[in-house]
Amino acid sequence: MGQPNEKTRAFLARTKGYRKYFGKKLLWFVITFVVAVILNFFLPRMMPADPVAAITGKMASGMTDASAVQEIYKRYEEEFGTNKPMWQQFLLFCKNALHGDFGTSFSQYPRRVSDIISSAIGWTIALQLPAILVGWLLGNLLGALAAYIRKGFDKVLLPVSLFMSNIPAFGMAVILLVVFAVNLKWFPVSGGYNFDMIPNLSWSFIKSVIVHYQLPFWSIVLISIGGQAVGMRSMSIYELNADYVKYARFLGIKDRKIVGYVFRNAMLPQVTGLALSIGTMIGGALVAEIIFSYPGLGSTMYAGVTAADYPLISATTLIITVMVLIATFLLDIIYGFIDPRVKAAQFD
Amino acid sequence: MKNTLRQVFHSSKFVVGFCIFAAILLTMIIYPLYNPGSPLEMIGVGTFAKPGTYVSLYDATKAPVETLRLSDADDKRIAASLSQDDRIAMVEWFTIMEIDVSDLDISDTDALLALWREHYDPSVKPKGMTMAKRNYYKRLNNALLELQGADTLIIADTDEETGALVEKSKITKTDYVNVSTVANVKVLPLGTDNFGRDVLKELVSATGTSILIGIIAGTVATLIGLTLGLLAGYVGGFVDDFIMFITNIFTVIPGFVLLILISYSLGQEQRGATVVAVVIGFTSWTWTARSVRSQVISLRNRDHVNLSKLSGHSLVRIVLTDILPYIASYVVMAFILQVSSGILAEAQLSLLGLGPKTTEVPTLGLMMNWAMLYSAHTNGSWWAYFPVILTIALISFSLNLMNTGLDQVFNPTLRD
Repeated sequence: MGQPNEKTRAFLARTKGYRKYFGKKLLWFVITFVVAVILNFFLPRMMPADPVAAITGKMASGMTDASAVQEIYKRYEEEFGTNKPMWQQFLLFCKNALHGDFGTSFSQYPRRVSDIISSAIGWTIALQLPAILVGWLLGNLLGALAAYIRKGFDKVLLPVSLFMSNIPAFGMAVILLVVFAVNLKWFPVSGGYNFDMIPNLSWSFIKSVIVHYQLPFWSIVLISIGGQAVGMRSMSIYELNADYVKYARFLGIKDRKIVGYVFRNAMLPQVTGLALSIGTMIGGALVAEIIFSYPGLGSTMYAGVTAADYPLISATTLIITVMVLIATFLLDIIYGFIDPRVKAAQFD
Repeated sequence: MKNTLRQVFHSSKFVVGFCIFAAILLTMIIYPLYNPGSPLEMIGVGTFAKPGTYVSLYDATKAPVETLRLSDADDKRIAASLSQDDRIAMVEWFTIMEIDVSDLDISDTDALLALWREHYDPSVKPKGMTMAKRNYYKRLNNALLELQGADTLIIADTDEETGALVEKSKITKTDYVNVSTVANVKVLPLGTDNFGRDVLKELVSATGTSILIGIIAGTVATLIGLTLGLLAGYVGGFVDDFIMFITNIFTVIPGFVLLILISYSLGQEQRGATVVAVVIGFTSWTWTARSVRSQVISLRNRDHVNLSKLSGHSLVRIVLTDILPYIASYVVMAFILQVSSGILAEAQLSLLGLGPKTTEVPTLGLMMNWAMLYSAHTNGSWWAYFPVILTIALISFSLNLMNTGLDQVFNPTLRD
């Protein structure tokens, strides 16, 4: 190969720059991940209550034989390793977690916690990822439209979206459930599929899944639309008043083209906003899952809390944290591609 | 100050939000005066009594009687006692008797009864009709005749010596009592919940507790965020790097996960409303810290700050007199948002079963949790959950409106 020409050199410089940006983001991801694991392990153990004692109390309620209670206590002490020093416990926890081993569930004994979680995680991702994305997109489109059209449209849409964005996710879930499932009977009341079915790839099962999917999906979408629309509207208004828009108008550039520019520029903060709020959104959506008894992580966590199933709760929170971290990381990567400022910074 | 306030109250959004919030606060203060007592008192023995006015039947029989002759009383009585099933059964009878019912409105009691009187004959034995069904029609007919007849009810008491029933008074169909003369009348505007508690009373008290939780959580979060933001922004250097490192980590780790972990580990007994509020505050300060820091950085090199520095003022004094007043409006706005998200956080936590302990005070989240646990949403008891959702939405709506209004006053670029 001969001398690289101008274009390839620029390309090489750009990929190097991107690599630096992504490397930095990846480093952040790893650091946050480590902190999250540490918190997940130490926070419950820093609390005054002794979880093993609490669990033993629950398991041994009604037992009169003191030595049997002692035996149960010992058994759980070993299971959690609480009789070893803290740092050894932590290493054990990390080692097991790396192997995907989160212990045995109390409430669904003898199922492994990892089994329960792997059967729930697919439902949660399939529900929340599309719902949050669709809500975000629709909200941004509506917000931009509201900013562009303003009169009338703005007057009706803004207060409605403002109010909608303030209905809690579980509230929206309950309202949809009561109206469309209990009263109109258009959709089933709960679950991820008909309770008399066994998950398989048959047509009737898929149909049942789709029917059960609608209400949880739309309740999450409706919630996120409001907030996004309000944010996008003010962003777009801000951009529409910017000097470059006035200049472009002055130059006689077509409205349609200007709106395209404005939309792109106003989108950028919205992507960051999504990255910052995705944790909160997932939290709300998990609670909405409980209302519909959707077989995802939210319901799993609820089952864990009601049954005082400590290993299940600990593993669920860890998985949710990891999911949020990955989502944030991916958004950062996407942001790197679409923000011209990041692109420009790579040539420094 | 006075001028700022006047400006703030010129913003229509702020005023609307403020009015809604003030109305909620006023209800919270005034309603308990009108309806005192513990909000957790279980007055109903059954669950989910419907909203309405409850008149003591016992006292009503002793109240002074007026005679009113109302022409539509009989019809109303029959309409109220004819259930939907009975009406459908009547139409079924007409169809069996081959009568055209195509233009009959099933809710029109008069037309239904007229047709019934005309066509019902207890001696007819339609083909294929079971004995039980025929008897059902006979009973229905008798009940209808009884309702139309001039019947009297007798109130009787057991004689203590003989054990025989002694007539005390008679009630005829034209007897009426004035509600105001009945000793015990209870108005339950929102019925009772699954425990038999007065929902409105509970809701008012829960709103108070939830707002308090929001305020405590907001104060804790704002104090932490403000301190960290000021330090990071003003001191800069290593302190800034360190604080931002922590803040960035806690921005990404979802606050509600920490909230769940802490609340669960605390255990039910430890979780009072205040504790929950403080924990919520401790998991939601990152937003404030970030934005305070960026505001302070833009202020740090202003002339008046530099002048203070040259005059040898202490760090505390510079922060308090030269920086804080400039970001005060911003901090107030952040506080308002924190209050609203704190209320929401409590509700979500309670729905997971990790809310404040249930024996002391009701909160909006706990009420929601109870309603869901006793499936108020599937058995049609809307009064147990809908007012709660509406209250949460209204509080958060009013706080957000106030925030937007303030934002427009203090950020001229956002003004429409």
